[in-house]
Amino acid sequence: MADYINTGNKDTRSGFGAGLLELGKENPKVVALAADLKGSVKMDAFAKEFPERFFQCGIAEANMIDTAAGLSLNGLIPFVGTFAAFATGRVYDQIRMCVAYSETNVKIAASHAGITLGEDGATHQILEDIGLMRMLPNMVVINPCDYNQTKAATIAAGKYNGPVYLRFGRPSVPNFTPENQVFEIGKAIKLVDGGDVSIFATGHLVWEALEAQKLLAQEGINAEIINIATIKPFDENAVLQSIEKTGCAVVAEEHFIAGGLGELTAGVLAKSAKLVPMEFVAINDKFGQSGTPAELMKAYGLDAAHIVEAAKRAVSKKTA
Amino acid sequence: MSDIQKLKDIASQIRRDILRMVTGAKSGHPGGSLSSTDVVTALYFKVMKQNPENWSRTGEGYDMFFLSCGHESPLLYSALARRGYFPVEELGTFRKIGSRLQGHPATDTGLPGIHEASGSLGQGLSVAVGAALGKRLAGDPNKVYVLVGDGESQEGQIWEAAAFASHHKVGNLIAFTDWNGQQIDGTTEEVIGPDNLDLRWKAFGWNVLVVEDGNEMEQILSAIELATELQSKEPKPVMIMLKTVMGKGVDFMEGTCNWHGKAPKPEECEKALNQIKETLGDY
Repeated sequence: MADYINTGNKDTRSGFGAGLLELGKENPKVVALAADLKGSVKMDAFAKEFPERFFQCGIAEANMIDTAAGLSLNGLIPFVGTFAAFATGRVYDQIRMCVAYSETNVKIAASHAGITLGEDGATHQILEDIGLMRMLPNMVVINPCDYNQTKAATIAAGKYNGPVYLRFGRPSVPNFTPENQVFEIGKAIKLVDGGDVSIFATGHLVWEALEAQKLLAQEGINAEIINIATIKPFDENAVLQSIEKTGCAVVAEEHFIAGGLGELTAGVLAKSAKLVPMEFVAINDKFGQSGTPAELMKAYGLDAAHIVEAAKRAVSKKTA
Repeated sequence: MSDIQKLKDIASQIRRDILRMVTGAKSGHPGGSLSSTDVVTALYFKVMKQNPENWSRTGEGYDMFFLSCGHESPLLYSALARRGYFPVEELGTFRKIGSRLQGHPATDTGLPGIHEASGSLGQGLSVAVGAALGKRLAGDPNKVYVLVGDGESQEGQIWEAAAFASHHKVGNLIAFTDWNGQQIDGTTEEVIGPDNLDLRWKAFGWNVLVVEDGNEMEQILSAIELATELQSKEPKPVMIMLKTVMGKGVDFMEGTCNWHGKAPKPEECEKALNQIKETLGDY
């Protein structure tokens, strides 16, 4: 397998912006809506290129979601963009009735997800959005890991017919997946083969998992790294196949344990009677706080060092 | 028979359908359905360009109607069935398990005529605004109509949509408020006044028309005509405020909030039906 090289730090939200612009050029039916955050969510280039297809909604997210649902009825493909906190919790009922239940072709572009939003603090750091969105029938939930993958996922979301929740973040992070990759919704991506422990990671934690893999290798533990870029539909087979081989798991995500990828994975393993040691690298039932993204990742146990410790614990439980 | 009389006869049959559906389901919302019957009849049987036999959810090439106050579903279902969107007999399945006629309008049952789910209040206006913008973008000259409740207008999102439609000059949208002054917990004034909705819509930059008797077919049709004329001159959304009577047509249901979400017992339904002429044959 390839050694993953950081080609330079970039923010995933800019990957979204680039993907949206490309989609807009390809398909005149793509439209975008923003709620006074078009710069922050990187819709600027689209809005400049296609002013007649961009709708400023002001600070009124509920109306934005439902207006997008209305636009989609005519065959348009609306992307709504705001911070993940306001793209989920604030408008849950709107998404529930007019997007998920009505199965409208609305793409919810949720930027600044998770604790790496940083200095703005817990009011804006949503850590339950994956849970909220994956509970909704008909909703696809995508959480790409870097700039290139976010761009590809945005294009894939635009081509998919149905509701999509696309989660990405604010900080600049390593960009290491292939440029111009084709994103397959619902497919887990194996990054590194290994036989001792499966590390299932999503979003910003994928790079941390790769870093952890190198540290573990130095200690003679061969970790398998799988990027769960689509949370829903969940690639159960990829998880089960990996566990068959390794016999223990670490799940790493920038999310609460409740409702997150870890619980989802545990459910799949339990249902399949694969009761293996499992460790959760996630935030357990507490809100975040202000700080730099790197400080917060460390303080809340979401970095490579914590993944290494979790992997060692999982492996030791297996052999005990 | 005059056109107006025909419309009145249809409205009469729709009112019977509403009462029978709600009684049959032992649940549902007769009060508001009866107060909005006349405007919905006017839209489906006189005003709207539509294609019931070959209906499409996209609404492309036709007018579209959205029921923001989704609890008035019996009214919408009856109008759709009577207009030929689906068999009238299906009205008898309202709110029963396996029915396409869900308690509140749904799209996943494949019922022709429903563009979008509604029922959680305050949302349908935003959807209608989006649909109208979509038509504008596609160069489709047809209109979007939406019915909003007066109680529903206590939802903040209504005013988000009001500002948005005004700002973006959504001039192919005609909205109606069923201004019957009643809601579940009492009159709109008692629950959360002041009920100065006409002033609010004006303040948000909409053209506002007030219909003094929103249950009178002639007055409703004149208002829609005037709204269309206004929009041919200036791209602005129009709100038609219909002063209606809750429970219209049934003496013991009129002007009270008691029948907002309560089904009549069979003997009460009988008493109500005796006051409303069967014009097209009950389902």
